[in-house]
Amino acid sequence: MPIRKIILFLVILMAANSQTKGQIYFTKNGSISFFSKTILQNIQADNNEVISILNLQTGSLQFSLLNAAFHFPKAKMEEDFNEDYIESNKYPRSTFKGSIANINKIDFSKDGTWQVNATGDLMIHGVTKNITTSGKIIINNGKISATSSFKILLEDYHIKIPSIVSNKISENIEITINCNYEKK
Amino acid sequence: MKSNNYFIMQLTKLLTVSFLLFGLYGRSLAQDTTNLMGQLEKEAQENKTVFATSTFKYTRIVDGHSVENLPAHVLDVRISHRFGPLNSGAYNFFGLDIHPVNVRIGFDYGISNNLMVGVGHSGAQKTYDVFSKIKILSQSSGAVNMPFTVSFVPTLAINTLRPQDFIVKLDSGVKVNRISYVFQLLIARKFSEGFSLQIMPTFIHPDNISFDNKINDRGVFAVGIGARQKISKRMSVNVEYYYQLPGTKETPNARNVLSVGIDIGTGGHVFQLHFTNSNGLTEKSFIAENTGQWKKGDEVFGFNISRVFQLKKKHS
Repeated sequence: MPIRKIILFLVILMAANSQTKGQIYFTKNGSISFFSKTILQNIQADNNEVISILNLQTGSLQFSLLNAAFHFPKAKMEEDFNEDYIESNKYPRSTFKGSIANINKIDFSKDGTWQVNATGDLMIHGVTKNITTSGKIIINNGKISATSSFKILLEDYHIKIPSIVSNKISENIEITINCNYEKK
Repeated sequence: MKSNNYFIMQLTKLLTVSFLLFGLYGRSLAQDTTNLMGQLEKEAQENKTVFATSTFKYTRIVDGHSVENLPAHVLDVRISHRFGPLNSGAYNFFGLDIHPVNVRIGFDYGISNNLMVGVGHSGAQKTYDVFSKIKILSQSSGAVNMPFTVSFVPTLAINTLRPQDFIVKLDSGVKVNRISYVFQLLIARKFSEGFSLQIMPTFIHPDNISFDNKINDRGVFAVGIGARQKISKRMSVNVEYYYQLPGTKETPNARNVLSVGIDIGTGGHVFQLHFTNSNGLTEKSFIAENTGQWKKGDEVFGFNISRVFQLKKKHS
């Protein structure tokens, strides 16, 4: 009897294992860019060293990036961004911790594009806010990627734009995410 | 019957254990992503070299150079202005009315992130100067750990006064030498977000018409020390002092220069306002050719205004 029990137990455990082990996907070079649009100037900055983890089973989704790894078209902008606005010495990282709703409806074995909603805590400049945003999960030849685009208000994250440059930097920043995941 | 019951009991037990284990596994899975994130973040940090930025706000501390270089393809137009001494009294508005004031107009340009060059003209003694600043080491942490930033700054100045305006009367037969040069090594460390310190060993070979340098014209050795303390996000207090090795002074009455000022950054512009006991605006004149003394009220008010232009975009 005990032998049969142990075997059965192991079989169940293995089944559980195989079902969940292959479900974690990640990237170390995802890209996130932001865009500030005003009448006087448009500013775009790109970060191509974004870490992201996606759990296909639970829908758990995480992003983490170093603020200092954002690159700007002008050196002075990059300096001001790090020194005066995001204060990357004090707040080196921006993160998102949340999950994708109804991830189970996605069939990851077939090519396709799926509209999804992600909800979670976005932390920028030391301030955490709960956000919900829509995005896409794209499956192409078994490769999984995710994209999303949404807007944030600088005010919400206690980033102040001095009045002298207020017509050059928008209060409303558009964030675009693009990550190609690989299996862990 | 009995064995059937037993089988059901065993199955129930087994399922309970399995579900428990499965539940635990599921929980540890969530733990896994958090751990994995921590691990990836750590990995990224260890593989990345983080350079200290903004050791000083600007390429000058007050009069002299800081270890900051202009980034590549950035042009900096700067105007430095020194008024008359404070002890000239209320009638002269504490020096602001005094002429001649010294004004230097300069153009600096970043060839690469580690090499900048500059030219300038200052009114005092009709001096043209040209310099380059080469960053040799950059303070960093992470994959590469470097405690200091080190730069080398050679400066060359030409005094273009007409002979009838010479301040120094040369002995007959002495050849006029209008060219002076200065070599500086800048060694700086950003100790914290707000505080940076810099040491500047300096050698100056003077010309022979700018200052009464009959006692020593072989060269002046000096050591400078400069510091920056941030007082708000956009403002910092800067102090700069150059000590001339006494045996090497051009004349015994040459005084060491002490300057105190504040930097105000407004995004694109930097204003530097200061008091200094020298009205010189090139290295050799404020380090080695200065007679003003703080204790006598000889300090002057001055300001630098800088405006940067990005001539070529970093990437499109």
